[in-house]
Amino acid sequence: MSSTSAPEAPTALPPVKRRNAELVLIIFAIGITMAGIALAGINLTGRVPAAMWTVGLTFGALSAAAHVAMRFVAPYADPLILPCTLVLNGIGVAMIWRISAAGVEDIERAGVGMQLVWTAVGLIFCFLIIIFLKDPRVLQRYTYISGLVAIVLLMLPAIPGLGKEVYGARLWIGIGSFTLQPSEFAKIALVIFLASYLMNKRQVLQIVGKPIKIGRFTLIELPRARDMAPILVGWLLAIGMLVLLTDLGTSLLLFGTFLAMLYVATQRSSWVTIGLALFMVGAYVAYLVFWHVQARVNIWINTFDQDVYYQVGGSEQLVKGLIGMAYGGLFGTGLGAGELHSTFASDSDFILATVGEELGLTGLLAILMVLGLLVERGMRMALASTGVFNKLLASGVAFVLAYQVFIVLGGLTRVIPLTGSTTPFMSAGGSALMANWIMVGILLRISDNARRPAPQAIQDEGATQVIRR
Amino acid sequence: MNTPIRRLSVFSLFLLLVLMLNVTWLQGFQAEAIREDPLNTRKFSERLNEARGPIQIAGENVAYSENISEEGKPARFQRQYTDGGLYTPIVGSFRTYGASGIENTENSLLDGSDDRLAVRNFRDIITGREPEGAQVQLTLNPDVQKAGYEAFAALGGKNGAAVAIEPGTGAILGAVSYPSYDANDVVSITDTEQAVANYTALEEDPRQPLLNRALNERYPPGSTFKVVTAAAAMEYLDAGPDSTQEAPDVLTLGHDLPNATPGGTCNGGEPDTLAHSIQISCNTSFANWAIEVGGAGMAEQATAFGFNPEEELTVPLSVTPSLAPVEEDRNILGRAGIGQSNVEATPLQMAMVAAGVANSGEVMRPYVVDTVRDSDLSVVTQTSPESYSQAISASTAEELTEMMTLVTQQGGSGTNAAIPGMEVAGKTGTAETGTDLTHNWFIGFAPADDPQIAVAVVIEFGGGSGNELAAPIARQMMEAVVL
Repeated sequence: MSSTSAPEAPTALPPVKRRNAELVLIIFAIGITMAGIALAGINLTGRVPAAMWTVGLTFGALSAAAHVAMRFVAPYADPLILPCTLVLNGIGVAMIWRISAAGVEDIERAGVGMQLVWTAVGLIFCFLIIIFLKDPRVLQRYTYISGLVAIVLLMLPAIPGLGKEVYGARLWIGIGSFTLQPSEFAKIALVIFLASYLMNKRQVLQIVGKPIKIGRFTLIELPRARDMAPILVGWLLAIGMLVLLTDLGTSLLLFGTFLAMLYVATQRSSWVTIGLALFMVGAYVAYLVFWHVQARVNIWINTFDQDVYYQVGGSEQLVKGLIGMAYGGLFGTGLGAGELHSTFASDSDFILATVGEELGLTGLLAILMVLGLLVERGMRMALASTGVFNKLLASGVAFVLAYQVFIVLGGLTRVIPLTGSTTPFMSAGGSALMANWIMVGILLRISDNARRPAPQAIQDEGATQVIRR
Repeated sequence: MNTPIRRLSVFSLFLLLVLMLNVTWLQGFQAEAIREDPLNTRKFSERLNEARGPIQIAGENVAYSENISEEGKPARFQRQYTDGGLYTPIVGSFRTYGASGIENTENSLLDGSDDRLAVRNFRDIITGREPEGAQVQLTLNPDVQKAGYEAFAALGGKNGAAVAIEPGTGAILGAVSYPSYDANDVVSITDTEQAVANYTALEEDPRQPLLNRALNERYPPGSTFKVVTAAAAMEYLDAGPDSTQEAPDVLTLGHDLPNATPGGTCNGGEPDTLAHSIQISCNTSFANWAIEVGGAGMAEQATAFGFNPEEELTVPLSVTPSLAPVEEDRNILGRAGIGQSNVEATPLQMAMVAAGVANSGEVMRPYVVDTVRDSDLSVVTQTSPESYSQAISASTAEELTEMMTLVTQQGGSGTNAAIPGMEVAGKTGTAETGTDLTHNWFIGFAPADDPQIAVAVVIEFGGGSGNELAAPIARQMMEAVVL
């Protein structure tokens, strides 16, 4: 599988549980959440709010329940994944409480809205996955169904009557008062589809067509023309998302994930090159043709231009976020002492800017480190697990997490054009939280399977064995 | 397939590393620059809970902060202003989402964040005192300002501006812009919605009360610019008060340029002396003087008085540049000589012309901030008078002064500016605007032999003459100092 002749480093993990280490880390995560609410209360009114206990302990109980459940249903799972996720979720809860507290007369009446409920729902989904998806490979059977599900989920908001336009973005569907952001779930369906599709087709896609050479130097090894169909479909979908749904964030996320998993499956960098080239061309044409793409780019390049700032849908929000982060500086204003809470979407798409202001560069770097740790644990599970499908699934999920953070924070800090997108586990909003917890469930399940000791034979004679799992 | 997974995990880390480096750059190194961006409205609203220093005129607070929170609650300061719209064009307003005037230009001193206050602030932290902003003392003279403002108010519905300068120092004694507004209407922190609505109404008012006409509106200066033309004739052509110039009753410059003097004649069609041309404001002779000096000389002389500045003048409010470009075309140049065509000046610029002549040809750099003191009243900065340029020689200034005093005397064009018991130097102006209504100007200084105050007054679309509308206002402002 590897093109290098050097022997690979061993990837298997020792079968140790380390659940006690997980418990210590989870207690730490609960402590950070409670301390965050307490600090915000002190900065806002000078005293510790009762919410430190009500919100903090509710979150603590959920975390503790999750830990206990882990001991029973996935005892060998990686001990870092759950604490990392919980600390991000907890900081998000504290932040959302703090933003809500700034908007009410009496901070004792501030709540975290539905965030705790969604955390609970997310945890339930996470453990349903862990319990019932004993072997993720059963998902291989549903290759095209999951692909279809992904596309349907993406297109749902475009259906008149069902789709809801919220603040200019058509990303939600509404049934009664209940709203859902289906694109969050689409990314899971897409990762499942890609993992099983690529597992089946990777041999074909690895076939080298014609290498293009300059002298003796191979510039690019082109795949065969007839194998180009999948990447063209993916590309068309991404550009379609960009143009029809005006959703640059999802477009970038889906196509990037597609290329990453294609690369993992085939180890052919030419696919990435072709994909990137196609996307660049498509995006450039979209830029030339569609004014809303031009507006996005203009906001990105000329953020601090007075005219861009004051135009409708201009750079005002981005500038406010950057100014907030500038006030945060190295150590932040302290939770509850910033001002960004009053701006639009400060608890959802802009939550990292709010973190940057109140917890400063230090806090933001800490959160990025935790996210990095989570992503790398996911990648490590991909290495440790057996079977192409599991590897593709785990690495796909881990990459989605990292890439989504890049799109969100990169947009907020002008690395790339700003696109509305959520920060995993932190942003207020049920769909994102549920979807991300489902992905964690998949990672935990894969890691539990990967680290579980090999099944022991009850009898060690004869050809037929009864296996106890 | 572990190799590509490893590479992907490195790439994922790389993405996060890019973010880390970028936020480090942003929050570690760029933070200061972003906070200083003009789009940052927070620097105004965040100061509501700190004692902002007062702005003073003649030792009295005209803008100050008052703690309006109840006893025992955290302090909240409401900015208060005195005297209605009298000082607003200069003092400005400090709103929750922005600021103008001195409130804006001296913001860092008033709110105490300026580096020059760092030592003091540090001392306050040590001693546990509440930090306070510095106080800013302006050069404005309340009597001059009131005289000008009330005179405009008495005119009723006319817009306009007046500037008074102390010729020897450049200190701005008066800067009237009419109409103005009461800054208290737009700064409330308890009823911010009303404050914003009031400000929006001011923005949409066709009379533009937010515009500081004294510094930021350009008008054709009309005949007041003849002082510059006369100065150029004396400096570049060695002309004197008795030098004569062709002064036909009508001069053809593209289309006919008549004389506005009584009877439409300056000297019966005969060549006219420079002194008499100034006294009665002869158009045709000055058009000919400008043509004789030439475009380059005219522009150079105007630049010496402060027109066409290389860099924007700040007092520290920024002043819109006045224009007197080099004209090649004889017809345009002739009209430029009488302050028409492409010549445009702010009231402050024309006051600088008058002040330059008054101060033996030396134009002093105008300024409006006199001293800045910290809350202990020790001086943080003090503006010392500074020369802007030597626009004309002392002897030219002396001769020009003599000629300008003729204007306010019997037979002159600006007799309404005469002050009993002293000589007043002046020049009227009635500028064509392309509409039926003219702009009416007066510039001058008093006393002519020992100038204490130089003024420039313009009434926008006054429709009268400079003597009729502008000269009385100028006289009242000058009297506030010299009587």
